[in-house]
Amino acid sequence: MTDATLPARPRAGRPAWLRDAVAVGLPTLALAAMLAVILHIRPSAMSYFGFTLLFKLATPLVFAALSQMLVVMLGDIDLSNGSFVGLVTCVTALFLQPSPVVAMVIFALMIAAYAGFGLLIYLRQLPSIIVTLGMSFIWLGTAVILLPAPGGTAPAWLSGFMGWRPPILPLPIWIAIAAAVLGHMAITRSSFGAVLRGAGANPRAIERAGWSLVGIRAAVYAAAGVLALLSGLTLTGLTTSGDANVAPAYTLLGVGAVILGGGAFTGGVVSPVGTVVGALTLSLAGSLLSFLQVPPTWQIGAQGVILFGVLAGRILVTEKS
Amino acid sequence: MSVIASTMAPAEARPAMAGQPFLAVRDARKHYGAVKALNGVDFAIRPGEVVGLVGHNGAGKSTLMNVLAGTVQRSSGTFRIGDTEVDSWSPHRAQAHGLRCVFQELSLCANLTLAENTRVMHRALKGFGWRRRAAAAIGRTLDAIFPGHGIAPGARVSDLPIGARQMAEIARAFSETDVPVRCVILDEPTSALGHEAANQLLAYVRAAAVRGISAILITHRLDEIMAVCDRAVVMVDGAVVAERPIAGLSRAELVGLMGTVEAPRERERKARPAPTAEAALVVDHPGRVAGDLPIRAAAGDIIGFAGLDGHGQRERLRALYAAGRRGAHPVAYVAGDRGTEGVFALWSIADNLTIRSLDALRRRGLISVAAERALARSWAERLKVKAPSVDAPILSLSGGNQQKVLFARALASDAEVIFLDDPMRGVDVNTKQDVYRLIRSEADRGRCFVWYTTELEELTNCERLYVFREGRAATMLSGAAIEPARVLEASFGGGHD
Repeated sequence: MTDATLPARPRAGRPAWLRDAVAVGLPTLALAAMLAVILHIRPSAMSYFGFTLLFKLATPLVFAALSQMLVVMLGDIDLSNGSFVGLVTCVTALFLQPSPVVAMVIFALMIAAYAGFGLLIYLRQLPSIIVTLGMSFIWLGTAVILLPAPGGTAPAWLSGFMGWRPPILPLPIWIAIAAAVLGHMAITRSSFGAVLRGAGANPRAIERAGWSLVGIRAAVYAAAGVLALLSGLTLTGLTTSGDANVAPAYTLLGVGAVILGGGAFTGGVVSPVGTVVGALTLSLAGSLLSFLQVPPTWQIGAQGVILFGVLAGRILVTEKS
Repeated sequence: MSVIASTMAPAEARPAMAGQPFLAVRDARKHYGAVKALNGVDFAIRPGEVVGLVGHNGAGKSTLMNVLAGTVQRSSGTFRIGDTEVDSWSPHRAQAHGLRCVFQELSLCANLTLAENTRVMHRALKGFGWRRRAAAAIGRTLDAIFPGHGIAPGARVSDLPIGARQMAEIARAFSETDVPVRCVILDEPTSALGHEAANQLLAYVRAAAVRGISAILITHRLDEIMAVCDRAVVMVDGAVVAERPIAGLSRAELVGLMGTVEAPRERERKARPAPTAEAALVVDHPGRVAGDLPIRAAAGDIIGFAGLDGHGQRERLRALYAAGRRGAHPVAYVAGDRGTEGVFALWSIADNLTIRSLDALRRRGLISVAAERALARSWAERLKVKAPSVDAPILSLSGGNQQKVLFARALASDAEVIFLDDPMRGVDVNTKQDVYRLIRSEADRGRCFVWYTTELEELTNCERLYVFREGRAATMLSGAAIEPARVLEASFGGGHD
């Protein structure tokens, strides 16, 4: 209660944009610190090729995290994200090459299902955590029925694209930059983005202002489905095969990236740029541990410690601002 | 009903204002299951007319407002806007016709800036440069209504104090882009505003009426109705029981139409001196900075905190409460912001009422359900909480009745000192009188009340008053010195503010 003893004064210590910058700045700092450690151990990683390897697996995680971000923006959480990505890799590896039309129809149905359970959560007032947990088993089960053991082949154009070496910067960096810029324009800067963020924080106010929450939620969930689909496609392009169990970690890594990037579970507070940086940071954490020669058995636990440390740091910084 | 109906003037006899109604409903009904929230209401408003809508909590004012705003669909009845008959009405269509609302519980998105909140209401604000245009639109309206408001359009709503939020929401309702504003419905718009801002708003409503913008003012502050409205519409139990032009109507008559008599100030104020004897004190809190008065109270005192909104009263009250929790005398706190720090929304009335008294209800380490219900029932009865049973969910109650439950929570406890954080905001006259009587009788039985209020009339219940200015308890008034004029003078600190 120490603050109560001070005279009343305006509560905003820093302007809103500066606090947003701090929120994005922290994961950026963490990312830079990790890169510095890696480059110190292995200076040869400081090259086009080295960065391509370091961030290779970041691309699917970036899309999965952005998909999670849209759901967190509405004040929900999506626990089905990882197994959905797994199912996408199976469908891609099985159907996209031999019968693209079938694959497209399945993808469309899957996105419709995403929009559908988004609406179900809203219309029946169900907790999203329950519905998406249930959906995660449905996605996983479907994937295992389609492809009981890892296999299939990615279309050549897809693995070709993921192996492409664009000029100046490696492909994963270009994709991350493009995703961050597009996300920032769509969610943070655009006039429609303001309505979307408002719908997450105070749905009633948005409804009273004459917007259809049903439409907004269906559209946002469908967009989350599209991003998760992109995540699955790029992952198949990298691994060149389908696997139902390839990406369960994406669910929680995605949540971690959103929170790391300045998002909050209360809804309406998300940062696409922060989320992308957060996803890069978390995907680099694994590489960092290998460079530090942490034994594989300890790596998952150590990754948790890094996540914990960065998130705790973010809370400390936000409290002070 | 027949007695009440005879008091309603026939439609032809009402003072004819020029032109046809901007909006009219006939025989509007709204049922929630068996509950009739609106029971055949006729209501019309002409361009440039300011109508005051009064009635007790639960009389159907908010339902009528929601029906007009399109946020609630009427069960039956006709709805006309201009010449056109409207079948299904929605918030979107209401806005397209220039009808805006300021809801009692604020409906801004706290995570967005003011400019972004303005965009949410105006579909025309899109495309390149929408932020700048939105900031200009809200800034212009804020300047027009509340000159000297000091609110930046780029400020995030969560960073604004509640008074500024309410100003922002009101300004948003009056802001214009593509659709001109034709009518604004204001539900308790001044409840969180300071005295000056409230007067600015009322002056603006009058000025807007001259430009043809009509307004529906729903408020429990009858003086505001008397000051700005052309016509008062009185609702009781989901029906309109009287419509009167304000000209020639007295405040007491208006209260009479609501079916109540304004209770006379029955209390003679004894000027109790500020207690000094150390032993008798139940509150003893030194000033925190230079010029900040110490606050002392003995058992049986009713102490008031006054001053302009947001000048440190609430902070001091919380500091007192925090100090009291560590002290020897049990304390309780009645929150004014029901939604965020008062009620447990998912719990029943009984659970909400007894949460402060769980220790006393414990039998062999577990809570006795029988004792809990008995306690809840006896206090719900004493405070006349209107509910079918104490097991009903708290949110099934109207706002005023929820506030009674919060009072009961404090009064049912063992607390000797009770802190009131502006608890009567947006509560009807009858409930207020009930609660005032209860506070006085509890004080006579030795409880001490520390009462922060924004309603000047309430201060007359206090024996001693601390007027806050710029974060400090700057002036102490006691006994007969507690007069609205003296309080205002002390609030403004002799003119320089």
